[in-house]
Amino acid sequence: MSEESLATDPADPDLLRLRDVTVRFGGLVALDAVSLSVPPGRVTGVIGPNGAGKTTLFNVVCGFVRPQAGELRWRGRVLSRHRPHDLARLGIARTLQGVGLFPGLTVLENVMVGADRHARAGFLADLLALPRADRDERALRERALARLESLGVAEVADRLPGELSYGVCKRVALARALVGDPDLLLLDEPAAGLSAGEIAELAELIRGLRDDLAVVLVEHHMDLVMDVCDRVLVLDFGKVIAHGTPAEVRDDPAVVAAYLGEEVRDADAEAGGTRQSASEVPGA
Amino acid sequence: MIGTTRQAAAPARAAERARLALGRYRLVRHALGAAAALVALYALTSAVSPYRDLQIAQAAYLTCAVAGLTVLTGLGGQISLGHGAFMAVGAYTTALLLNHRSWPLAAVLAAAVVVTAAAGTAVGAVAARLHGPYLAGATLAFAVGLPGLANYEPLLDLLGGQNGLSVTPPVPPAALGETFPVERWQAWIACLGAVLTLFLLANLVRGRFGRTLRATRDDEIAAALHGVRVARVRIIATVVSAACAGLAGGLLAVATTLAAPGAFPLALSLQLIAAIIIGGLGSLAGAVWGALVLVFVPAWASDLAQSADLSHNIASNLPLALYGLVLIVVTLVFPRGIQGGLRAARTALARRRSPRDDAAHEEAAPHDTAARDTAVHGGDS
Repeated sequence: MSEESLATDPADPDLLRLRDVTVRFGGLVALDAVSLSVPPGRVTGVIGPNGAGKTTLFNVVCGFVRPQAGELRWRGRVLSRHRPHDLARLGIARTLQGVGLFPGLTVLENVMVGADRHARAGFLADLLALPRADRDERALRERALARLESLGVAEVADRLPGELSYGVCKRVALARALVGDPDLLLLDEPAAGLSAGEIAELAELIRGLRDDLAVVLVEHHMDLVMDVCDRVLVLDFGKVIAHGTPAEVRDDPAVVAAYLGEEVRDADAEAGGTRQSASEVPGA
Repeated sequence: MIGTTRQAAAPARAAERARLALGRYRLVRHALGAAAALVALYALTSAVSPYRDLQIAQAAYLTCAVAGLTVLTGLGGQISLGHGAFMAVGAYTTALLLNHRSWPLAAVLAAAVVVTAAAGTAVGAVAARLHGPYLAGATLAFAVGLPGLANYEPLLDLLGGQNGLSVTPPVPPAALGETFPVERWQAWIACLGAVLTLFLLANLVRGRFGRTLRATRDDEIAAALHGVRVARVRIIATVVSAACAGLAGGLLAVATTLAAPGAFPLALSLQLIAAIIIGGLGSLAGAVWGALVLVFVPAWASDLAQSADLSHNIASNLPLALYGLVLIVVTLVFPRGIQGGLRAARTALARRRSPRDDAAHEEAAPHDTAARDTAVHGGDS
C-alpha cells in the first residue's frame, strides 16, 4: 500500500522517539519529562485521565506546541522546528478529535486534500489547465477512491459530510488521513461517539493497519485500547506512570490506583466475559 | 441506503461517455465555453446601440473584479473590502502607461495586472494572518486610504489630483471600417478581458488550487495537518483576486477613458461584495450575475423613474430605492444567490423528471461528472 518503505535509520529501530519532553503552560506542567518510543508496525496506546497530557503529546509531535525541554526524533532525525504542514511530507498523519472533515467539500474532495502530498501539478499548470494537471488530478482522484473503497465508503464519494452519519464521517476522516500513505498515524480518540458495533469494526481496521504503518492511539475507550495496542503508555498529570503491554499496564498497581479503579479488577475477575461494564473511563 | 441507483438506459450512458471523453480535459471544456461566450458576446454587442455597448463593457470589467473577489471570499473565506482600491491601482497604472508609453494596449493591461498583483502580495501577506472583522478593517483602510493618494501633494502632477488622468480612447483597427463605433470596440476589449479572466479562474477553481483553497476556508487546522500551507494558499488567492481587480481597473480606464479617485469610492468595494453575495458566493457564474445586477438594475431603475414622470426629487432618488429593494428581494428569495437559486431549481426539475435520481448537491462544490461516474456504484453499503 505505501510505496515508501518503512526504512528507518538502522541505528534507531524506532520511527518516532520522544525523550524527556517537557511542556509547561504557565505554571501548569502539561508534560513532565515524557519519553515514548514508537516502533514501526506496532500500535502504541496513550491513555490517562482527562488532562493527563495526551493531546498535548500529540500537539508536540504535530508541531503545534514546542516543548521547553526534551527532544523529538523522527526516523533518527531531530525534529525541532517542524510545522503542522510539514507532517504530511514527513509521513505523519493525524486524525482530529471529532470529525474535522471539510464541510464544503465532497467526501472525495476531502480525501483528495489528504492525498495532496502526492499532487505534483503546480499553480501555473492549474491556471492554464495543462493536460498534466488533469492527469495529476485523475491520479489523485483514483488514489482517493481506492482508499475510500478499502474503507468501504466509496459509495458516498460524492456526498457532503453533513449528509452522512457520524460513523461514516469517521471512516472518511480515516481515509483522508491514510490516503497520504503515512508511516505513522496518530489517532485522537477515534472511538468517541461510535456505537459498540462500529468500535469493533474500528478495532479490526486498526489491527489491519499494522502491516503498513505505526499507529499511536489516544483513547478513552479501554476495550479498544486493550484490544488493539501492542504497548500502552499511561500518563497522569503529565507524568508517565506506566509503560508496557496492555496486560502489564492493567495490572500495574500505580495505574489501578491512579485511574482505572475497582471496576476493572471486577471485570478482570470475570475473564472471558465481556468487559463492557468497565469500558468507559470514569469521568471521561 | 446511500448508493445512487442508476438504471439509465444504454444510449444515455453512451452519450454520457462521449461527453466525458470530450470533457476529459479542463482545457477543452473551458476553452469551448470561452469560445461560445465570445461568439455570443460578439453577436450581442453587434446588435445593440453604442450606449448599451458601454453598459456591456461596464458589466464586463465588473465581472473581472467580482469573479476575483468571489474566489477570495467565497472559496477562500477571506473577506476583502479593498477591491475597489485594487481596481484603482490597475486603472492608474493603465492610464499612466497609456499616456507616457506607446505600448500596445494588451501589454499595458498586462502591466496593470502585474502591478496590482504586486500590491496584492503585500496586502495578502498581511491578510493571511488576519480573520473576520480584523481583515475587514485592514482592507477597509486600504480602500479608504489608497484613492486619497491622488490628492497627495507631491503626487498631484503625476496622478492628476481630484480630476484624475484622462485616457485617449482606444482606436478600433482600420479593418473594422470607418464607421465602427468606438464603444463597441471598448466593449469587445472588456468582454475579452472578462472571458479570459473567467477561463483562467475556472481552471484554477476546478483544480487542486480550488480544492485546497476551500479546505483552508473550511478548517485551517485540518488543512495544515494534511500538508496544505494555509498562509501561502491564502496569499496566492489574494494575489489572484487582486490581479483580477487590477485588470478590471485597467478595463475601466479604457472603457470610461478616465482614471479618477471619484471612480473608486468605498461604495465600489461594497458593491463588489454585494455582487458576490447576490450572484452566489464562490460561484463564477454567480459573479457574472452579480456584475449584471450591478450595472443593469440601477440603469433599469433610473429609466423607470424617468419614464414615470415624477417630480425631480422623487425621480432622482427612486433608482437608489429600487436598487436597494431589488437587492433585498434577491437575498430573501435566493439566500444562496442567483446562481444558487438556479441550481436549486435545476435540481428540483431533474428530481421531478427522475424521482429516483438522488442529486441533493446544493453546495458550490464542483463535482465532476467523471468523479461521479466512477464513484457511484449503487446498492447499499
